[in-house]
Amino acid sequence: MAATVETKQQVEEMAEQYKYGFVTDVEMDMAPKGLSEEVVRFISAKKNEPEWMLEWRLKAYRAWLKMEEPDWARVDYPKIDYNDIYYYAAPKSQDKPKSLDEVDPELLRTYEKLGIPLREQEVLAGVEGAAKVAVDAVFDSVSVATTFREELKKAGVIFMSISEAVHEYPELVKKYLGTVVPQRDNYFAALNCAVFSDGTFVYIPKGVRCPMELSTYFRINAENTGQFERTLIVADDDSYVSYLEGCTAPMRDENQLHAAVVELIAHDNAEIKYSTVQNWYPGDKDGKGGIYNFVTKRALCKGKNSKVSWTQVETGSAVTWKYPSCVLAGDGSVGEFYSVAVTNNYQQADTGTKMIHQGKNTSSTIISKGISAGKSHNTYRGLVKVMSGADNVRNYTQCDSLLVSSECGAHTVPYIEVKNPTAQIEHEATTSKISDDQLFYCRARGFDEEEAVAMIVNGFCKEVMQHLPMEFAVEAQKLLGISLEGSVG
Amino acid sequence: MLKINDLHVHVDGTEILKGLDLEVKAGEVHAIMGLNGAGKSTLANTIAGRDDYEVSAGSIEFEGQDLLELEPHERVGEGIFLGFQYPVEIPGVSNLNFMRTALNSVRKYNGEDDMSAAEFMKLIRAKASELGMDAEMLKRFVNVGFSGGEKKRNEMVQMAVLNPKLAVLDETDSGLDIDALRIVSEGINAQRRDDTAILLITHYQRLLNYVQPDVVHVMIDGKIVKSGGKELAAELEEKGYADVA
Repeated sequence: MAATVETKQQVEEMAEQYKYGFVTDVEMDMAPKGLSEEVVRFISAKKNEPEWMLEWRLKAYRAWLKMEEPDWARVDYPKIDYNDIYYYAAPKSQDKPKSLDEVDPELLRTYEKLGIPLREQEVLAGVEGAAKVAVDAVFDSVSVATTFREELKKAGVIFMSISEAVHEYPELVKKYLGTVVPQRDNYFAALNCAVFSDGTFVYIPKGVRCPMELSTYFRINAENTGQFERTLIVADDDSYVSYLEGCTAPMRDENQLHAAVVELIAHDNAEIKYSTVQNWYPGDKDGKGGIYNFVTKRALCKGKNSKVSWTQVETGSAVTWKYPSCVLAGDGSVGEFYSVAVTNNYQQADTGTKMIHQGKNTSSTIISKGISAGKSHNTYRGLVKVMSGADNVRNYTQCDSLLVSSECGAHTVPYIEVKNPTAQIEHEATTSKISDDQLFYCRARGFDEEEAVAMIVNGFCKEVMQHLPMEFAVEAQKLLGISLEGSVG
Repeated sequence: MLKINDLHVHVDGTEILKGLDLEVKAGEVHAIMGLNGAGKSTLANTIAGRDDYEVSAGSIEFEGQDLLELEPHERVGEGIFLGFQYPVEIPGVSNLNFMRTALNSVRKYNGEDDMSAAEFMKLIRAKASELGMDAEMLKRFVNVGFSGGEKKRNEMVQMAVLNPKLAVLDETDSGLDIDALRIVSEGINAQRRDDTAILLITHYQRLLNYVQPDVVHVMIDGKIVKSGGKELAAELEEKGYADVA
């Protein structure tokens, strides 16, 4: 049997190996099923939101009603019944604990099992000498814990759940919320604006270099529940922050919806590094179950010489629809997108980026690595747009696809729109198949098949992985190995 | 060390090896010579355990053990090394990382601890320098952008690091200029000891000017048809395969 055939079989078994597939048994507080103005009001009331916030949500809801679900992506899924979803689910015990000691031990155990350190004295599981990482843990619809807040506060950094920020820093939230991704931006973003339940708010003041990595850990637990989180990160002049998000969900037979919105704003000379390790439940080997991951992520490089760097490692979800983008408004601003997307079994991913060059001397880099196995489809879709006033723009794009099986698909759909003749745009794309020759060469040097596949795939992804914060790169490399486990004897 | 008995191997349903016998003892260097299509590379790949090489009859014993029961990486662990005719490129994986992972896999197989990074660096630098490989090459991706000679030299460095009991070298001399041939030969000779054995697969005699074999075998149509001393190689060169066999 050819090595790749065996590899394929192993890959097919991957769904059974999803190790985050457990369910936490806690009593939940749910909104009535389905979506209506009442449900939007219910969510807002649950959070004691001020009137302006409710109005903002309702405006989005009314806009959403008139919008159409997009169908241009290369993904195929049954029609979603938006009235068959719970839009709000919170652990009942959770009246926002004052300290970690008050958090439901069952929830703490969940995060422990996931390897997420909520106890501040703990460092990331399995990584020696790891740096401190502050974590905001979002469980279904609410944030259950945020660590290292005091220490961050001393540096002037605001790091809290967005529902708290609405109360504590209403002016900041009002000033920035929806400025990068407006309510009517797209169908899923509008839905998120109406029903978003929690997420993370970060503000880095002028001249501050955030003293530690910030991260949010999203966990979907409840059945038939959508997760609609909202992340807003603002980096003021001359500041720097590195932020990471991770996600997992239980194995369930039905599909669950995840429609998040992430907005980043970078002022003059500010830099935001945003990394994602997305490992939502991908469904089983027959394509049953899994998360629909419809996410709008966008950064506004508002200030001159500002910089935003997106790095994503996407291994999960049944369907992924996601294009972390940069609007390069400030002169000399820089946008980067580094992506690894792995699909297998019946997973479908349509992911990429948009780099919108508005300012002069702006530059962007796009490196995308797609790995397809099983019967999956993996699409890179990207736009590089240069506005007429944007002189001396530079862009470099590289899209590489690696095929592991003979029944999978890799697709590359680049769009380039240039309205200024001084722009320099480069685009490179390759498609290759993991070869029996490579596998055998590794095995003839003492690697078992799993090690061989992991080594070849990690080599393929190297240019992207090296942009992840060190602590998470180790984790992400292991995740790639697990996702594409090769055959053993 | 290696005992092959009446070996029959099919590839894609076609019988390539048709009853091959071979015995190689510790301390010996054997050369297998034959024209393209004789089944030389099939023999090398079958010893290393490549998929798609289906053994339909016969046996291969390595140090008294049934080799056919073992996975390719287990064979490496037991001390078998295959030098590739066409070494494969692995983009994104540094030569250093590759060799260190390989060495530690073999050590793990034999119940030994990983070699420390410092110790490994010392070892690989020494081996690279013995074989005239620039230390910069160690940082480059495995075989990516290497010339034919550099790839073969890289194979020799890997062999030196893994230090196998049996090295099977498949056309290691092909595509080499005279300088590269000399370096590769030195690598092979360095591996030649009382406790190791080497199986050279080649269809030219010129490598044998640098590495003196103890036994030369002539392979035609999936079988060894004649064996002899090193003078047999010269005879082949002179008269051609048809006349010798």
